[in-house]
Amino acid sequence: MSALRGWKEIPIAGIPFEPAVKYKTGDWRVFRPVIDNEKCIKCGLCWMFCPDSSIIWDGDNFPTVDYEHCKGCGICAHECPTKAIEMVRG
Amino acid sequence: MAKSVQQRMMSLNGDEAVAWAARQSNVDVVAAFPITPQTIIMERIAEFIHDGLMDSEIIRVESEHSALSASWGASIAGARAFTATAANGLALMWEILYIVASSRAPVVMAVVNRALSAPINIHCDHSDSMGARDSGWIQIYSEDAQEAYDNTIQAFRIAEHENVQLPVMVMLDGFLISHTMQNVQILPEDVVSDFVGYRKPSRIKLPEFYGEKEIPLMLNPKYPISIGPLDLYDYYFEHKMQQIEAMKRAPEVIKEIHKEFAEISGRSYGDGLLDPYRAEDADALIMGIGSTMGTMKAVVDELREEGKKVGSVRIRTFRPFPADEIRELASGVSSLGVLDRSASFGAEGGPLFMEVRSALYSLKDRPPVLGYIYGLGGRDMPPRLLKKIAEEVLSTREEPERPRVGYPGARE
Repeated sequence: MSALRGWKEIPIAGIPFEPAVKYKTGDWRVFRPVIDNEKCIKCGLCWMFCPDSSIIWDGDNFPTVDYEHCKGCGICAHECPTKAIEMVRG
Repeated sequence: MAKSVQQRMMSLNGDEAVAWAARQSNVDVVAAFPITPQTIIMERIAEFIHDGLMDSEIIRVESEHSALSASWGASIAGARAFTATAANGLALMWEILYIVASSRAPVVMAVVNRALSAPINIHCDHSDSMGARDSGWIQIYSEDAQEAYDNTIQAFRIAEHENVQLPVMVMLDGFLISHTMQNVQILPEDVVSDFVGYRKPSRIKLPEFYGEKEIPLMLNPKYPISIGPLDLYDYYFEHKMQQIEAMKRAPEVIKEIHKEFAEISGRSYGDGLLDPYRAEDADALIMGIGSTMGTMKAVVDELREEGKKVGSVRIRTFRPFPADEIRELASGVSSLGVLDRSASFGAEGGPLFMEVRSALYSLKDRPPVLGYIYGLGGRDMPPRLLKKIAEEVLSTREEPERPRVGYPGARE
């Protein structure tokens, strides 16, 4: 990590000057979602419901999970209409 | 002043004068909740908007917490936001006061000073805004309805100034100013409009992942930013340092805008920070805040006629606190009296008393300072009591062994 900056160097009003994506928050997770492409119908509900933008989907191919930021809340598994997402420990 | 513009004399009370100032200041959004003695401000603004005389959105919110939250939201979306409250309403805004200040949102708020409950009291003292003195807002106190009008107009310029970018509270004494009819000089619409202009959010180089681009400091879908999401022990202190530094830059800006406004209106109040009256050659100075200092001027005249060299100094800006200016005025004076219209329970005196004494500590020859807490809950402060205080201060030549604070007007 680079050296912390002084008050003269950072923007006012508490505005972040670098994106938060560099913080890997996936290790908060207990259960991870695993997508079964045999059952997935590419409906996009998991992508739409994910509160942390951790389902990566281009609209055509099968969705994948960004495990560096997914916190394992299980909303995607709950919403999946074909039960294609399983929550797996670890 | 020769060059000041032609103005319209109107009979207005303090609340109406503030509403007129808001009407003329190109305000985009007003979010307010009515509370005595502020209600008239909101009523007049609602009428102005309804009658097509004021081009602003009014948001009728369900509480003061929401009033300030909505004002904050409007402000960080780039709008010029105005709100007004009093006493318990200000208390309910508490959480958001700090958020507005630390988000550097230049909201302007009129605070009609009223005593805090309990027991419920609707009359004037300064306990509401004095409690908010550490929230990061600039605080400007008015002496009468005219000054409340003048201060409200100037407040937008001060708040939005690129060297400041802090919210401003404009105080006026509940009932004594808010409901007292006075002849008020109202500037022409276009003159005020030119003076305050339209809100232009300051520009910041931000954030780095946009490629060092200069963007306006506001919520803008084109350049999405978050304002104040999270700081821990890594950066919170640095953001507070920025607020501390902005407050230090504020006095110059307040003085400069006060001077510019004086040239247009012909009205000035000392240097904009302190308003001294017959203070140059005074032996004893009485310092205080708000409408009582108007009465004090008459008392000073009376004492001068009796050959007693008393002067007065009205503190206009309590935040930023004009410590340098107070030191300058107080050096060479034989004694000082400080009037507080609020109590700081358990402290050695009222807030103004403590800060004046603290400012004087770095003087070699410190005059003795006597403190007086008066007027709580609207208790009258008649000239005879002020005279008694001034005479007591004048006859004091040595600092008491322990800080001496009196409670004029309270019964035992």
